Amino acid sequence: MIEVRVHGRGGQGGVTSAEMLAIAAINEGKFAQAFPSFGPERRGAPVVAFARVSEKRIRNRTKVYTPDVVMVLDPSVLSIVDVTEGLKSDGMLVINSAKSIADLRTEFGFKTSLARVDATHIALQELGLPITNTTMLGAAVKAAELVPVEALVGPLEARFGRIAAKNIKALRRAYAETEIELV
Amino acid sequence: MAKRVGIEVSLAISEAVKLAKVDAVAAYPITPQTHIVEHLSELVAEGELDAAFIPVESEHSAMSVCAGTSAAGARTYTATSSQGLALMNEILFIIPALRLPVVMTIANRALSGPISIWNDHSDIMSVRDTGWIAIFVENGQEAFDLTLQSFKIAEDHRVLLPISVNLDGFTLSHVIEPHEFLDQDEVDRFLPEYKPAVQLNPDDPVSMGTVGVPEIYAEAKKCQDEVLKGSIKVVKEVFAEFAEMFGREYKVVETYRAEGAETLLMTMGSVSETAMEAIDKMQEAGRKVGLIRLRLWRPFPADDLRAEMGSVKTLAVIDRAVSFGGAGGPVAGEVRSALYNVDDSPYIASFIAGLGGRDITVDDFIEMVDQAEAMAKVNEIHEYKMIGVRE
Repeated sequence: MIEVRVHGRGGQGGVTSAEMLAIAAINEGKFAQAFPSFGPERRGAPVVAFARVSEKRIRNRTKVYTPDVVMVLDPSVLSIVDVTEGLKSDGMLVINSAKSIADLRTEFGFKTSLARVDATHIALQELGLPITNTTMLGAAVKAAELVPVEALVGPLEARFGRIAAKNIKALRRAYAETEIELV
Repeated sequence: MAKRVGIEVSLAISEAVKLAKVDAVAAYPITPQTHIVEHLSELVAEGELDAAFIPVESEHSAMSVCAGTSAAGARTYTATSSQGLALMNEILFIIPALRLPVVMTIANRALSGPISIWNDHSDIMSVRDTGWIAIFVENGQEAFDLTLQSFKIAEDHRVLLPISVNLDGFTLSHVIEPHEFLDQDEVDRFLPEYKPAVQLNPDDPVSMGTVGVPEIYAEAKKCQDEVLKGSIKVVKEVFAEFAEMFGREYKVVETYRAEGAETLLMTMGSVSETAMEAIDKMQEAGRKVGLIRLRLWRPFPADDLRAEMGSVKTLAVIDRAVSFGGAGGPVAGEVRSALYNVDDSPYIASFIAGLGGRDITVDDFIEMVDQAEAMAKVNEIHEYKMIGVRE
């Protein structure tokens, strides 16, 4: 089972990215869960969402305490939240940042495998908005074995309707542009 | 096997209500039940569900409208949580007394104060004695299946009582997970049209909700309790019919790896699935520990519970509500009563955990088993112990 935690800010669609991932996995015949950090929605406040993907039926219904994958949708949360809390030592941290992997390691002391993409830049170009949830999904599925990138197309089409094509383009661009450093 | 569909559990419940072809929905939105009725209002607005969706100004009105529509012979559904359920309280007693088969989802949530929108079972426990059948579900599939089965149980002429289907708010209601849906033909074969025994009809008038003078009140209440107790037979019949048609089996008392167990954990609701992980872990370590889960809370399945007590020496009952000033959690109290006069009845430890949205983790379950076994060894007299609380 792979456990995922998504960090973002309220209104950036972190919950949606967890949902898209779970639906894509279920469509692929796997088992999956996605759920928000339950509470009142607070636009702009740091929030988290969770997903689990497994080949077997999932029974654990607690929050994700020791994620295998952490996605950071908004680089500004890096300085106020410990995004690596509980991250397994062989886990993968996937960050939206314009900075290089080396600079991110120096600044924040990240020890695990690390992937980065400038998702805000891609989202601004493709969507015209700094909403990075679908873009960062492309980075996450490149960096970790969650679902094939093509498995996300159907769920994105179903969710985003007339703006799905732009989101799918952003997803594919992030998949292509994500840099990964394994440790 | 049907294809598994990834969908939020709240929406799966709405789909079940649609497939049940309800005639009337009266509801007021309250977190964390909101998504259920929101989706139902969409289904009605889009013409996918031919029902009267009656928006109201409060939960008291919602349940009052349900009384009216159900009395008029309409298949009636509502959903609520926490303070909303509390506001319905006056009418909750009247629905079963009038023998109205209303089906209600309760997305279980703590009661104020302090204000909490998060999950525990204090709402359903506060309406324990209103006379409703109360069923607990553990996952989205069960929420879908048991919503459909509830209409059939409630509307059986041997029952004609309301049912609450309880699911943990947020921790279950807001999770996207796989579901296997039934199609309309399958549901139609299972769930026939509702035929009321008596209904309000201007052309054939009847009186409902009349005064019960001292000469009749006690008999009315005794009848009501007999019917509620007797409904367990119909619950089992409907579970069996559903299993026969669709292959998914339900029992009023469920067990997991309980054969030969000397210690049993007892749970209700979605924490049961996490508890299974704890049982697996403890059995791998060679411990004789199993799990028992109450699916039916009312009527209380005392006989079925007693039948599972075979080799059990210690029973650790987990409550998710406080009975203030009482001698243990509400479920533990019930279980102690059911087993008190039984020969060789197990030692019963009462734990309260998971209040107001606090997780109960695998380690918490193991700790409760450890504590219960230690308490049993010295036959410790106690009321309850709260787990994971800062003191």
